[in-house]
Amino acid sequence: MRLHENGRVAGVDRTLVGRVARRPVADAGARADSWLIAEEGALPCDPAGYLGVLAFGEPPAVPGMPLVARLRQLAYLDDGDVVAVDPNGFVRTLYRRASNHNFILVTEQCNSLCLMCSQPPKQLDDFDRLPEHLRLIDLIDPATAELGITGGEPTLFRDGFLALVARCGERLPATALHVLTNGRLFFYRRFAEKLGRIAHPDLVLGIPLYSDVDSQHDWIVQAPGAFEETVLGLQHLDRYGVRVEIRVVLHALSIPRLPRLAAFIARNFPFACHVALMGLEMFGLVHKHLDELWIDPAHYQRELLAASEILCDAGMNVSLYNQQLCVLDRRLWPLARKSISDWKNVYLPECNGCGVMSDCGGFFASGTKIRSAAIRPLAGLPYRAPP
Amino acid sequence: MSGYRLLPFRFLRFDGARTLVVNETGEYHFLTNGDFARFTRRELPPDSEVFLDLKAKHFLFDSGSLAPFELLATKYRTRKSFLEGFTSLHLFVVSLRCEHSCHYCQVSRVSADRTRYDMTEETARRALDLAFRSPAPHLKIELQGGEPLLNFERVRQIVLEGGARAAREGRQVEFVVTTNLALLDEEMLAFFRERDVFLSTSLDGPEAVHNANRPRPGNDSYARVVANLGRAREVLGHDRVAALMTATRLSLQHAAEIVDEYVARGFSSIFLRPLSPYGFALRTVRTTGYSTREFLDFYVRALERILEVNGQGTFLVETYAQLLLTRMLTPFATGYVDLQSPAGAGIGAVVYNYDGDVYASDESRMLAEMGDSRFRLGNVHRDSYQDLFGGATLRTLVAASVAESIPGCADCAFLPWCGADPVHHYATTGDLVPHVPTSDFHERNFFIIRHLLSLYERDETTRRIFWSWIREEPLAREEVA
Repeated sequence: MRLHENGRVAGVDRTLVGRVARRPVADAGARADSWLIAEEGALPCDPAGYLGVLAFGEPPAVPGMPLVARLRQLAYLDDGDVVAVDPNGFVRTLYRRASNHNFILVTEQCNSLCLMCSQPPKQLDDFDRLPEHLRLIDLIDPATAELGITGGEPTLFRDGFLALVARCGERLPATALHVLTNGRLFFYRRFAEKLGRIAHPDLVLGIPLYSDVDSQHDWIVQAPGAFEETVLGLQHLDRYGVRVEIRVVLHALSIPRLPRLAAFIARNFPFACHVALMGLEMFGLVHKHLDELWIDPAHYQRELLAASEILCDAGMNVSLYNQQLCVLDRRLWPLARKSISDWKNVYLPECNGCGVMSDCGGFFASGTKIRSAAIRPLAGLPYRAPP
Repeated sequence: MSGYRLLPFRFLRFDGARTLVVNETGEYHFLTNGDFARFTRRELPPDSEVFLDLKAKHFLFDSGSLAPFELLATKYRTRKSFLEGFTSLHLFVVSLRCEHSCHYCQVSRVSADRTRYDMTEETARRALDLAFRSPAPHLKIELQGGEPLLNFERVRQIVLEGGARAAREGRQVEFVVTTNLALLDEEMLAFFRERDVFLSTSLDGPEAVHNANRPRPGNDSYARVVANLGRAREVLGHDRVAALMTATRLSLQHAAEIVDEYVARGFSSIFLRPLSPYGFALRTVRTTGYSTREFLDFYVRALERILEVNGQGTFLVETYAQLLLTRMLTPFATGYVDLQSPAGAGIGAVVYNYDGDVYASDESRMLAEMGDSRFRLGNVHRDSYQDLFGGATLRTLVAASVAESIPGCADCAFLPWCGADPVHHYATTGDLVPHVPTSDFHERNFFIIRHLLSLYERDETTRRIFWSWIREEPLAREEVA
């Protein structure tokens, strides 16, 4: 699924963010926030008062108002979805109401450079995106169950990050907000305190921790001192009542001490509401460091089982992400989740005829070439994933 | 910074080959004797597994990073957090009378004289006033005796007035009635149900053991407790009634039968308690008593049976082991007034006697019944909250019970998991501070902790069972053999 497309543009002098409308919008105020959709020159109603027109195929005659024509790829757009239209005719889908995996990509900058990063950071000044993010939050359907905030490293926006969380709390109080951050800036106690004071009704920060030993974590994230910052950041967040989830990516550098890391988490961060142990996404920087990082998941089941048991024994809530059932130790199946976003999730030709495919997390579409040698179809089993 | 430096820890030569190291916050690690020597001489190679293990568990540090100190500080605060909130458990002796005449019992009287041995309405009210002066956010009020149901009017008063007061002040209060159940009737049950009261009873084992330990007219204690236990569970709910056992000389020969009795009665916990050296218990030591060694032998056998039962799929927690394991294996604090540092006497729990005297602990009250009222903090009618809880008696007791400062405890590897009991040591030796090498308290706790560590190391099934006790959650069916 494509999330952006270039069309032929007219009348757009700055980025215009709006909701998509296939049907006429009754409320005049909401109309001014809406991109009306035209199909093959036909409009559902008079476009006067709308933000503009997005035209699939031939454009209708709408002189003097913003128009993007000859779109083809974004046919899935529907009422309530949110798009941004840049002056050069670039249409970006920011939010799809029908998806369970919406997120705001706050920035592409990062203060770490993880060896396995699937979205390598860019050195560009994108702090001016903040108004667009705030605008997006205003336009998202308040009935949305879950929204992500991700990056890069979203906390690099500092007060801008806090403003985003606060705005989500005000406009989308019923929407669970999940932030992916390395947590390093919460080393600064006051920053954690400010986030806590926002008192967002349903906020979780997903924070990666890759080793119980500072030097190993720092090497994996390529940032000296990161372990100290993240570890103290986790403590500060708990002190100010911000819920945290700990995320561990499984690869050749994190596997050897994985059970010890589990014990370290249970001892030092028993307040974490969730621990996610995640298979590698074979995309981005990982290919550059493949020799250092790759281990066939079939070869780390013993460590994964030991770590999972330590965490479960301690009463912690554990999930396994990006794992395929045919590789996973049968005892770990109850912890496996289908975690890959719908539009990134695929299965392989080898999976054809597998009896448990509907319970299996499958693969990232972004990279399926390098995978466990143990991938194979399984016979159907009476097992059902827990709800 | 080159090389590494040590963080505070204590150690024990655990067996011929291994040394146990335990840090100030109760995390532990087993080292070979050779590694231990290299560790303390600061000769461990920084890339060795053992170096990394000790670093991650905060036994050493090798940089200027704040992380190890901040994490240790948080864990230390967490471990001592039982001190927050001050006195939360308030015991009311509503009557000293009892219709049982147990050999080991501590100070009750078989008597019909209500005026002499029952708590009055005014005394109860003043005691409640004091209980609600406590800054603890959650109060637990335990009504005991004697047999508290012999003075049910007082039980009713305390539960009603205490409940109303908690509601008025927006505080949480929980009521527990410690009763032998023999006199329980439908009116009482209806009241307990309405006011959400918990019951705690005594069950010493199968009929022969229980009735021998707990004589009453008609010799029917067992039949009554079993019948009324069933009725109480029907009315109040299964989990609203807990039971305790006390081991006598007779009990020692019936470890497995006692455990099986708890299983048969559907309990999910059993507390293997030794006799305490007070009251009638001390006087009858020849018939009911035994050495610490004999008790520990019983404890080991009973625990083995409990593990066996758990392994067969029945969830049964041994409460003392659960308490110690929680301290050994988790970062969490456990308040247990008889085993913490400083001790919980007065600052964790307090006793209001039937006559209005206030004691630092139940043991202090028993000692007074034997003629030594050293740990009497005062009286509800004469003394203020400040005098009772800030006075010299309690201050002395607390100061003497900081295990970190007790010779023999201060350098014991098990210190972070253990505690002090100054009243017990005073009662048995005349000194608040124990002489550790000859202390039965030390002998019992040192042995049990060491035994639990050995069991935890022994096999996977035991480990899973121990963790299920800590979580208070039965093992999933597939985890049971």
